[in-house]
Amino acid sequence: MNIHEYQGKEVLKQYGVAVPEGKVAFTVDEAVEAAQALGTPVVVVKAQIHAGGRGKAGGVKVAKSLDEVRQYAGDILGKTLVTHQTGTEGKEVKRLLIEQGCDIKKEYYVGVVVDRGTGRVVMMASEEGGTEIEEVAAHSPEKIFKEVIDPAVGLQPFQARKLAYAINIPKELVNKAVQFMTALYTAFVDKDCSIAEINPLVVTGDGNVMALDAKLNFDSNALYRHADILELRDLDEEDEKEIQASKFDLSYIALDGNIGCMVNGAGLAMATMDIIKYYGGDPANFLDVGGGATKEKVTEAFKIILSDEQVKGIFVNIFGGIMRCDVIAEGVVAAAKELGLSRPLVVRLEGTNVDLGKKILNESGLNIVAADSMADGAQKIVELVK
Amino acid sequence: MSILVDKNTKVITQGITGKTALFHAKGALDYGTQMVGGTSPGKGGSNVDITLENGSTVSLPVFNTVNEAVSATGATASVIYVPPAFAADAIMEAVDAELDLVICITEGIPVLDMVKVSRYMEGRKTRLIGPNCPGVITPDECKIGIMPGYIHRKGHVGVVSRSGTLTYEAVHQLTTRGIGQSSAVGIGGDPVKGSEFIDILSMFNDDPDTYAVIMIGEIGGTAEEEAAEWIKANMTKPVVGFIGGATAPPGKRMGHAGAIISGGKGTAAEKIATLEACGVKVAPTPSEMGATLVSVLEEKGLLDKCVTCK
Repeated sequence: MNIHEYQGKEVLKQYGVAVPEGKVAFTVDEAVEAAQALGTPVVVVKAQIHAGGRGKAGGVKVAKSLDEVRQYAGDILGKTLVTHQTGTEGKEVKRLLIEQGCDIKKEYYVGVVVDRGTGRVVMMASEEGGTEIEEVAAHSPEKIFKEVIDPAVGLQPFQARKLAYAINIPKELVNKAVQFMTALYTAFVDKDCSIAEINPLVVTGDGNVMALDAKLNFDSNALYRHADILELRDLDEEDEKEIQASKFDLSYIALDGNIGCMVNGAGLAMATMDIIKYYGGDPANFLDVGGGATKEKVTEAFKIILSDEQVKGIFVNIFGGIMRCDVIAEGVVAAAKELGLSRPLVVRLEGTNVDLGKKILNESGLNIVAADSMADGAQKIVELVK
Repeated sequence: MSILVDKNTKVITQGITGKTALFHAKGALDYGTQMVGGTSPGKGGSNVDITLENGSTVSLPVFNTVNEAVSATGATASVIYVPPAFAADAIMEAVDAELDLVICITEGIPVLDMVKVSRYMEGRKTRLIGPNCPGVITPDECKIGIMPGYIHRKGHVGVVSRSGTLTYEAVHQLTTRGIGQSSAVGIGGDPVKGSEFIDILSMFNDDPDTYAVIMIGEIGGTAEEEAAEWIKANMTKPVVGFIGGATAPPGKRMGHAGAIISGGKGTAAEKIATLEACGVKVAPTPSEMGATLVSVLEEKGLLDKCVTCK
């Protein structure tokens, strides 16, 4: 789960990570009030959306007076920002972070991730702050330093020192950088983050080491033990169909194509998208109904697919293991009857209770095209939506 | 021969009194697996009675701890179906009891719990398969997990996969071509897990009864690339592959916690290119996993030896 920058900074602050003073604003008046309350000669007006690259897209402005704050807040609120992470449709700005300006001496990068190779948490640091770490990794990997952290003892001060010296933090500020990194690691582990990225980390003219930006992602599998983080979820930032799917514990991701897919199992669901594309079609979604889906869950899944107006046809691809084919068939029939079926539907069933499943579909009176294999089904649906 | 499990493997189910666990304990017993008991803290000393498809009833003893279960039953393997919040603890309990093999089916374990588990397991003898996996099966001998047993046939092709349903798909494609399997192993869809491709490939390489392997990967991480290099350097048997997620958008988690392209890394294109460069033929679509293997077996003169069922 993603959260906004201002929320991330509030979380980090609880752990002693230094961040600039700031306040969230939902209106222009609130933005001006927040700037007034900060009382600093320079404030930064920052668009809050769940995507990076906001500065380049015009979503971050430095204001030197309250009038400028009013002007910039008015410009940015309601604006649709298009960055390399939003896709071409962009994202509308509904919240601003009004933050004290700071006297930046130099920018750095610090990030924390779970490294799959070692199965450990890794802290990365680089002198190339402000640039995307992927770019640094591609062009000058030698400028990225990593410390693998033993979960039994956590990030040790010597490891943080190694990183601080490696990225040339001014020596009088190394201790502050160590404190910063230690607090960041503690926050990461305590809140079950999957990514914590501080880009840039800055050292300031008045001798501080702080997070000028903060991107926190959380492990959705761990949210059950973090009610406070769950409250930070911003539904405006999510696809409506994805929100609906999550209510029924369905794994759904909206895509751009016109063939709706309903599949059991994440691997098969991905492979179904791939094979549709292979035969010249475009999948409208990824949808895994899971291993233990009920008839009701299948019905909901089907409704979500049908609610997408881009969908011109549907491909149901099931390999029943614990998921029985008759349950899928009953759900499909129930949903199709309830909602009416005006779009082509191709169903491929295999596995547990396959004959019973096929019988239910055949006897439903619905116009369902049966497929013998995944390839057969994909070719049929691609042909039908042409 | 086979890998990991066979007809002599004695298995316990951790959390056996749960609904899912009972359902699959029955499935294992129906298949002929030596399921010898289970654990459920607080219910030690009781029994669970399971009525099988053939009408007979098996009464399995329930223990409070894995240690007790192991000393009473002589089990060497366990399977875990407990909910995600308790699964890491269950794995570590099994490791502490020095089981040879622990298979964790549970999906949704917090990744930092698995980071702790993997640290805890260092230097210990237990092999973990999973979590978030379908389990392991050696056809006609032992089924531990949630896969539909009836699609499998005894034979000489090993299957290893990050995805459950794609494993079934591959097995089904083999069986319908008369090609049986030595063992099929689901290593799971999580980013931090007990066994990686290389661990399983290495076992298949050492198993005299396995003549060829299908390896099914997906987007996210670099385990497939590492496996490709390992295959090139060490594998004496043909391997064919499939990688799911060629059309997955970057930055989105495709169902599995581990299936995500992040920072441009972990794409299907990259994995396929590395596999092909290392001599692993990759099926162009998931429908052609079986056909791709057949073509390679023919090329190597192994097809006749691999056709074990009709």
